[in-house]
Amino acid sequence: MTAKSLELLQQRFGAELVEVDDYLGDASVTVRKSAVHEVLAFCKDEPTLRCDLLLDIAGVDHPEREERFEVVYLLRSLQTGTRLRLKTTVADGDAVSTVSDLWRSANWAEREVYDLYGVRFEGHPDPRRILCHHEFEGHALRKDYPIGKGQMCYVPEALLTDQQVEGSHALDVESRSGQLQNVDGEIASDLLAINLGPSHPAMHGALRVEALLDGETIVDARSEIGYLHRCFEKEAEDHTWQQIIPYTDRLNYVSALTNNVAYVHAVEKMLQLEVPERARVIRVIVSEMGRIMDHLVCVGTNLVDIGALTNFWYFFNAREYMYEVVERLCGERLTTSYTRIGGLYRDLYEGFESDLRFALTKVAEGVKDVTGLVQRNRIFMDRAIGVGAMSAEDAIDWGWTGPCLRSTGVDYDVRKAFPYLGYETYDFDIPVGENGDCYDRILCRIEEIHQSMRIIDQALKRLPDGPIQSPDRRVALPPKDEVYNSIEGMMNHFKLVFEGIQVPAGEAYGFIEGANGELGFYIVSDGSGNPYRMKVRPPCFPIFSSFTELVKGQMVADAIATLGGLNIIAGELDR
Amino acid sequence: MEAFQQMLSQAGWAQGMQPWALSGLAMLFAGGTILGGVAVGAMFFIWTERKVAGYIQSRYGPMYVGHFHGVLQSIADGVKLLLKEDIWPTDADKFLFRIAPLLVFTGAFLSFVVLPFGPDFVGASLDIGLFYAFATSSLVVMGVIAAGWGSNNKWSLYGAMRGAAQVISYEIPLGLAVLPVVMSVGSLNLGTLAEAQRGWLWSWHLFNPIFFVSFVIYLISSLAEVNRVPFDLPETESELVSGYHTEYTGMKFAFFFLGEYADMFVVSAIAVSVFLGGWYTGIPAVDAFVPAPLVFILKSVFLVFVQIWLRWTLPRLRVDQLMYVCWKVFIPLSLANLFIYGLIRSMVG
Repeated sequence: MTAKSLELLQQRFGAELVEVDDYLGDASVTVRKSAVHEVLAFCKDEPTLRCDLLLDIAGVDHPEREERFEVVYLLRSLQTGTRLRLKTTVADGDAVSTVSDLWRSANWAEREVYDLYGVRFEGHPDPRRILCHHEFEGHALRKDYPIGKGQMCYVPEALLTDQQVEGSHALDVESRSGQLQNVDGEIASDLLAINLGPSHPAMHGALRVEALLDGETIVDARSEIGYLHRCFEKEAEDHTWQQIIPYTDRLNYVSALTNNVAYVHAVEKMLQLEVPERARVIRVIVSEMGRIMDHLVCVGTNLVDIGALTNFWYFFNAREYMYEVVERLCGERLTTSYTRIGGLYRDLYEGFESDLRFALTKVAEGVKDVTGLVQRNRIFMDRAIGVGAMSAEDAIDWGWTGPCLRSTGVDYDVRKAFPYLGYETYDFDIPVGENGDCYDRILCRIEEIHQSMRIIDQALKRLPDGPIQSPDRRVALPPKDEVYNSIEGMMNHFKLVFEGIQVPAGEAYGFIEGANGELGFYIVSDGSGNPYRMKVRPPCFPIFSSFTELVKGQMVADAIATLGGLNIIAGELDR
Repeated sequence: MEAFQQMLSQAGWAQGMQPWALSGLAMLFAGGTILGGVAVGAMFFIWTERKVAGYIQSRYGPMYVGHFHGVLQSIADGVKLLLKEDIWPTDADKFLFRIAPLLVFTGAFLSFVVLPFGPDFVGASLDIGLFYAFATSSLVVMGVIAAGWGSNNKWSLYGAMRGAAQVISYEIPLGLAVLPVVMSVGSLNLGTLAEAQRGWLWSWHLFNPIFFVSFVIYLISSLAEVNRVPFDLPETESELVSGYHTEYTGMKFAFFFLGEYADMFVVSAIAVSVFLGGWYTGIPAVDAFVPAPLVFILKSVFLVFVQIWLRWTLPRLRVDQLMYVCWKVFIPLSLANLFIYGLIRSMVG
């Protein structure tokens, strides 16, 4: 597939391509800046490529080069399975033409590149910062930006400016033919701008949405993120590969285990490292545990948003049993840091299987109670069916993945489409919805809990004996008697501890199915002990970018029901 | 109150007092009793709510204060609320902000006057008791609007507007629902309405098919009337932060709280006296030795429990769905109910 798509691109754009590469099976093409839009449009429309999903756009800074910035587009096709990485270079102060007209997911992705690198995108509809605040000076991910330099924001940003408020008036008058006009023909000022968040009970995490309300209906809305921004990607550049693992806990803190797995999976891809079978099976178990806990939190809180408070306890009690297992497994509840490059932090404890099975029966009970309470509940159905509905095409256009995308009817799941950790050998189904509304999202997640339980059951049955850490000396510490008795062992130990794991120069994109969609790490290594650049592709970033569009024309209560179902985790949204 | 007055006039120390002083004293006594009852009752309901919620949600609820299942938790909370700082939002409308909790509480409190706890156990046996109770309980709306407007907070304002729209709308089915019963008994006096259900269980209005429809409409509308789930839209903590009382702290907040729980009791008590046989147990032989107020209160508490139970079971409606249920379902239904009952009566006689 890779070779074919590269060939195709070479035939079509021979002169525009600067470099073609398929290191580690990732098709990568570097094109001239002027041809970016054309090539991307081709990738999107060409029937054999059909890259309908723009996963993310990453920037990379090489200050020593003449055109110091690289802009990297990560493309995916849900129909043909094409994976493509398209790169271009741009000098400081130059602009790349926007692709937000091709994919709506490019809107926020480009804003992020602009924010963190200062690369401008020509023709971008909303060229503002996104993760850093509006008073921020400089661009945080540039190599010459000092890592310790924080900047305070003193005046909150007004999201809906006066012009926008007036613009909505004009828009409304047009669409509703004079309903808003009073006797003098002036626009009646009966719209109310209201701030949802950053501290609001329904804004899980710290999100801010400023909405313009006509009565209870949202006429216009704008969102602001970044309240939890700590520039994880900059931190990553300053740490050794192993040291980054604890940071991944803090991305999606609801399913930290899954994040741990995702990160080491990407690094191991760059190291071309084989992990022992036992560690692979345990990783499957813990990532499914993470998925279950994530879904429990998401559905539980979403039901709270709709007013069904009791379900929260039914799920959180079950989740508590899961957390007890997690705590006994890795000593922490939330910040698990369970994986290591090449293996795991430690083996399963004795009695893990019975503990986990017991916890899972509790989860099954909780799920049964909740489905009994809500699934056929008329009030719940009225509140959830048709609310926040997204069509499959739009969802892909916005870059949705995971349960949210599946609820629209697209059966895309990384575990099936690009199996990893041996997922192809497990027997499980992918639940899909029909309407992509709040109701389908909740039911999809509930069904995924059942499927994850199936996977865990199979994994527990097949769990082989053996080591949990790869013996590869590039990543594994040598055994103690070797360290104490031989100079090679001691050197090996010293180098690994002081300099960290050395990942060969190159770049790769490693991705797994996170609890909320495709969780990817695009990593550039220069062969030193630290990553040169690490870009996280958090599943909820593109999902939240569509939120304001999703809720326009809905009522406030619907917006809140919708937000809960999207499962926005501010930790990975803001990084 | 008459009973009080009589008691007083017989007491030695009150001999020789002017009649107006006597009746004033009696009013004070009656009012004091009701006020105390309301406050203690509301605290009890708050505790019940927390315990019931706890058990429904497989947890305990308050367990420590008072050594037995946290029975004194509400008192501890009351003391805490008294000691809390009284916060005024900037640019709040001082007068409205201050008066709102009083209006809400007064509305609930005034309705207690006409509740017939027993044959002679009623604050004032008004001939328009039912009408009076509905009228005073809608005073709450004034309080809610005053709170929402006076707080100078958009969320509060939204909560207040929702509350006003909701309570005013649901008053119509509420009133229409009890009309067939009123037609049948021929009185608006709550005591007389209860009296009409003397005898065996099946003489309760609940067991008349027409009145049963009325009862269901009344029960659901009363949930909306007191802003409880699934109709808690003025509060909706997940949407409007805390609705109309977002900005309230300390004792002012406590008054809203007490008002809500007192109101729950009032609507339940009205349901008991109109539909559920008032102070009658349903078995004539038992009625003779069971104290009437006990029966009445137990029945009302049961209905309050039902309200709590529903709250922790159901999701809440959206504001337009709420209005839909009222205007397109309940009002036509209760009108039809009323019409059918009138038709039957005019034919049967």
